[in-house]
Amino acid sequence: MSTEWSVEAGARVIADHAGGRGPLLPVLHALQHEFGYVDAAALPLVAKALNVSRADVHGVVTFYSDLRSSPPGARTVAVCRGEACQAVGGHALADHAQDRLGVRFGETTADGSTTLDQVFCLGLCALSPAVTVDGRAHGRVDAAAFDQLVAVAPSESSAGRGVGA
Amino acid sequence: MTVTVFVPGDSGARAVGADDVAAAIAAQASARGSDVAIVRNGSRGMYWLEPFVEVETAGGRVAYGPVAVSDVAGLLDAGLLDGEPHPLGHGLVSRIDWLERQQRVTFARVGVVDPASPDSFEAHGGMVGLRAALAMSPIDVVAAVTESGLRGRGGAGFPTGIKWKTVADARSSVKFICCNADEGDSGTFADRMLMEGDPFTLIEGMTIAAYAVGATEGFVYVRSEYPDAVVSMRRAIAAARERGWLGADILGSGLRFDLDVRVGAGAYICGEETAMLDSLEGKRGMVRPKPPLPALSGLFGRPTVINNVLSLATVPMVLAQGSQAYHALGVGRSRGTQVFQLAGNIARGGIVETAFGLTLAELIEDFGGGTRSGRPLRAVQVGGPLGAYLPADGLALHLDYEELAADGAMLGHGGVVVFDDTVDMGQQARFAMEFCAEESCGKCTPCRVGAVRGVEVIDRILLGPPEERAEQVALLEDLCELMTDGSLCAMGGLTPNPVRSVLRHFPQDLGLTPVQAGGAR
Repeated sequence: MSTEWSVEAGARVIADHAGGRGPLLPVLHALQHEFGYVDAAALPLVAKALNVSRADVHGVVTFYSDLRSSPPGARTVAVCRGEACQAVGGHALADHAQDRLGVRFGETTADGSTTLDQVFCLGLCALSPAVTVDGRAHGRVDAAAFDQLVAVAPSESSAGRGVGA
Repeated sequence: MTVTVFVPGDSGARAVGADDVAAAIAAQASARGSDVAIVRNGSRGMYWLEPFVEVETAGGRVAYGPVAVSDVAGLLDAGLLDGEPHPLGHGLVSRIDWLERQQRVTFARVGVVDPASPDSFEAHGGMVGLRAALAMSPIDVVAAVTESGLRGRGGAGFPTGIKWKTVADARSSVKFICCNADEGDSGTFADRMLMEGDPFTLIEGMTIAAYAVGATEGFVYVRSEYPDAVVSMRRAIAAARERGWLGADILGSGLRFDLDVRVGAGAYICGEETAMLDSLEGKRGMVRPKPPLPALSGLFGRPTVINNVLSLATVPMVLAQGSQAYHALGVGRSRGTQVFQLAGNIARGGIVETAFGLTLAELIEDFGGGTRSGRPLRAVQVGGPLGAYLPADGLALHLDYEELAADGAMLGHGGVVVFDDTVDMGQQARFAMEFCAEESCGKCTPCRVGAVRGVEVIDRILLGPPEERAEQVALLEDLCELMTDGSLCAMGGLTPNPVRSVLRHFPQDLGLTPVQAGGAR
């Protein structure tokens, strides 16, 4: 479960990761790992700690598709849209995933249980189509397998966790 | 006696249940009173057989696959731990035809060693290349890499030794080695497999590069979509530091070099080397104009070697076996081996490493066994999202840098994605533009705006009135030419490749006759 965002907790995470060369991306990864997203209130703290402008931090947060500016659902499901997956039913699976969850890519279900993302290649191209649920990869996923994956209740322990900095 | 059982910890194997299989073997063998040690090795690259379980026997490693949890009890009954026959059995791994027909150099240890164990790495020839390098002068190491003919495996194919020479000759108190592990091309997974299956080889290769050019710090920039590779690399770097393979006095030679893993954040463009540098510096991943070359002014403005995972992981083999041994493999100006990745609609997908010179047909039919669906093959995309689509009658092409380039295609990072006859090539052309629009860094207009216009024009060709198609095709051709000539980097510059290949080889999917598709090449 992600920690609840607070300025104090955020400042600690920033301080822990502000060393080394070019620390901005590691700091933002660490914030997202801890809180599930990068809160707007973290931006000036990061800017001050790293001696860069708020605009720089904002620019980086909004550039990278992994970095979220708002909390994700309890579980994140990502469907690969790369060509290798397209070659074995990826287009249909992408449509099915959006229909099944009732959201478009990049959106969270109304009950807050699931965020649906698209991803361009998981490197599982000989086991396509590929899907991740909370970062855990699954290969050879058809519509039925997808329904099974999302039928399980979201696991609280891994919500919104990325790979860390 | 303890029996060693190998169950891949490779993320591909895990995606089809290897963790559960490993747990089931451990639990059930123990319940039967058998003493087993489970090693989570890398994958041999035969993904249609994953989870691919191997058992160490007196006669060698015996293989079974694909193994499901429900197969484990039956396998143990049949004598899995003694390597006894079973319907899922494949006999000795070393005698599997698909592997025997390959020449694994870069991938020699992947699937063989325990990626968590420096001892296992060293027992299989690890560190021989670095020791050989340290016995030579740095300039001779550069020369050896140049003479081997090794070219950049990331896609551009630039001679690795020439790049190193530029950095070696640059004068600076700080130089960097950056490994580009932002393997974003769909259909490619060799970098991931190597980092997950044989991470110490990459560390060894980067250390050799550091010695050759006089660098003291290195970064491995791994995409965030590869969490297992990040874990594997970080674990190996920590173990290497403990062994004195990284740090202030490497192998007692006085060489100082250390490494850090940095994780990307979901931007394809960061696989472009200058965008990767910006990302490493903590900026948006925006492409830089060249010159200055990164070799002279790279990370934080310092001379920087940027090489792909496969290039760096091949260097230890070149040093261990000699540059001539590597140069003896291959054809023309494409020397050594290429790690091909067979993907998409393919019966036997995975890694095929052979000397350059194989044809696409040999790769797809002999190794790949044709389409997974069993339907006729219609198109093959070689070299990732920026590579051309080739038609079924174009598979006689030899897979080397020059022959592909002469045909308007490219080898790229060695990914080969197969499509059957259900593919809509009009949609694939549209996707190429859509992907570029999604992933463009936005720095230059031909790419940022051109890709959006490309989607619109293709939509008008696909959905608009037939009598306007010829006009729209002329517009698309014009746009492709502009993007090719006017873009700052390969993203915008090569996106027209797949689009033009569809115009050329599959005009009917755009509602065109071959004549209407005319000048397209």
